[in-house]
Amino acid sequence: MRGPSISLADVIVTYRRVPAVHHLSGTFEAGSLTAVAGPNGAGKSTLLKAIMGLLPVSDGRIDLGGLNARQVAYLPQVPEIDRSFPISVEQTVLLGAWPRAGAFGALDKAERTRAAAAIAKVGLAGYAHAPIASLSVGQWHRALFARLIMQDAPVILLDEPFAAVDERTTGELMTLVHSWHEEGRTVVAVLHDMSFVRRHFPRLLLLAREVVAWGPTEEALSPENAERARAMTDRWASEPCSHDHNHGGA
Amino acid sequence: MYDLIIAPFADYEFMRRALVTCLALAVGAGPLGVFLVLRRMSLMGDAIGHAVLPGVAVGFMVSGLSLGAMTIGGVVAGLTVALLAGLTARATGMKEDASLAGFYLTSLALGVMLVSLRGSPIDLLHILFGSILAVDDQGLLFVVGVASASTLIMSVIFRPLVVECFDPVFARTVGANGGWAHAIFLGLVVLNLVAAFQALGTLMAVGLMMLPALAARFWSEDVSHIAIVATGLGLLSSFAGLLVSYHFEIASGPAIVLTAAALYLTSIVAGSRSGLLARWLRRPHFHEPHEAKR
Repeated sequence: MRGPSISLADVIVTYRRVPAVHHLSGTFEAGSLTAVAGPNGAGKSTLLKAIMGLLPVSDGRIDLGGLNARQVAYLPQVPEIDRSFPISVEQTVLLGAWPRAGAFGALDKAERTRAAAAIAKVGLAGYAHAPIASLSVGQWHRALFARLIMQDAPVILLDEPFAAVDERTTGELMTLVHSWHEEGRTVVAVLHDMSFVRRHFPRLLLLAREVVAWGPTEEALSPENAERARAMTDRWASEPCSHDHNHGGA
Repeated sequence: MYDLIIAPFADYEFMRRALVTCLALAVGAGPLGVFLVLRRMSLMGDAIGHAVLPGVAVGFMVSGLSLGAMTIGGVVAGLTVALLAGLTARATGMKEDASLAGFYLTSLALGVMLVSLRGSPIDLLHILFGSILAVDDQGLLFVVGVASASTLIMSVIFRPLVVECFDPVFARTVGANGGWAHAIFLGLVVLNLVAAFQALGTLMAVGLMMLPALAARFWSEDVSHIAIVATGLGLLSSFAGLLVSYHFEIASGPAIVLTAAALYLTSIVAGSRSGLLARWLRRPHFHEPHEAKR
């Protein structure tokens, strides 16, 4: 599977009439594996939501290389999901078949087999019938990744996918992300931990409401760029309405 | 045993009629109640139950105790209040439950005033508390029709409702726009409450919808099983409630709802999934693996 490129052309996304990200231009190349990092309030989540069409773009253009947003798999920050909902791991994972089965299509044996394989792949074999409320944080993240496997999308966007997850689970899920990259999918992940980004992500978009740097990780992480990002952050902190920017985590 | 359980229904036609009406109401309302609970809209049913009153009253004023007129009035009033509450919440940023409270209280006062202008206190009692033992053919057919339609429609919109309720962001990103499913669902809630008002009255109708749904949550961790258990508990409440009403000569509406309430209280204690006993038995032990749960 070959993922397309995602191009941004002078993209501005406003939130409560204040620009949350502005004049973003650049390309997530086809089949690339890119981390998006930056200080709190830098617009990282906003950017993913705008790509998904969950937030309107006030100006500029986002080009998904011929795909529509429904063909993109997106994992939002976990707290946005109702963990107390009475549903099993298997049913949660089967929701990933939506792009093929839709609202009314049958979930046939082939889909169930795929779901079972996805559950096994994330290390949750034996938990298929467990209610999601009974899972630990790490197991829950594994279940969400199994749903991403089910979606089988050429583009995958992950927003803080390893927040509060133990090291072992993070390692195993990251192996999965690498396999998506090797299969040629375009993968973008919002992350905080810079040493983790260095180790695992060949490309980096350093964001501070505008693009600070976008390219190979080592180049993007130069001390000058880090300093620029910090200076930009200090600038918003002194703005009177800066609290408005802190929505959705980043 | 025969005298206790079978005879009341074998001997009296009005009891058989009441039984079929209640069973149909339980089948239609059970799954709706479950989704109201899951959407954290448990009080919504109550509010809409009150909101249908002015519509019923207008129907009553136009043509007396006519089922058709009161039903149309009830459906129109219920949908109007639900719609106005939703629109106000969206337009002003107010929480939907708060907005609904404002509208249904207005609606309720309006309804009581309209009934008192024209009818006698007996009529008002009839509308507020219903009289299941006086359901006629027309009423029975209406209730059974609504229950059948609800069951059919709920089975069709089940998946969109689940995904919209459980993970609305995922629903939007895969294009499973659940807005229309939610609208159909609310329409069904109104329709079921209106269908129930003749039998149980507007105030009691909500009981048969919500209590079995709340009770069922203690017995399963799977949404489709919960819907089935809720329906079963509703059926049991209807059957047992009518018998209680017959043997102890108490009003049938409250008897049915109180039976549902008894099942709810039992479930809180004995529910196999999250009842108090089950929780106590499953309390953490030292030998269990120590893993962060949330």
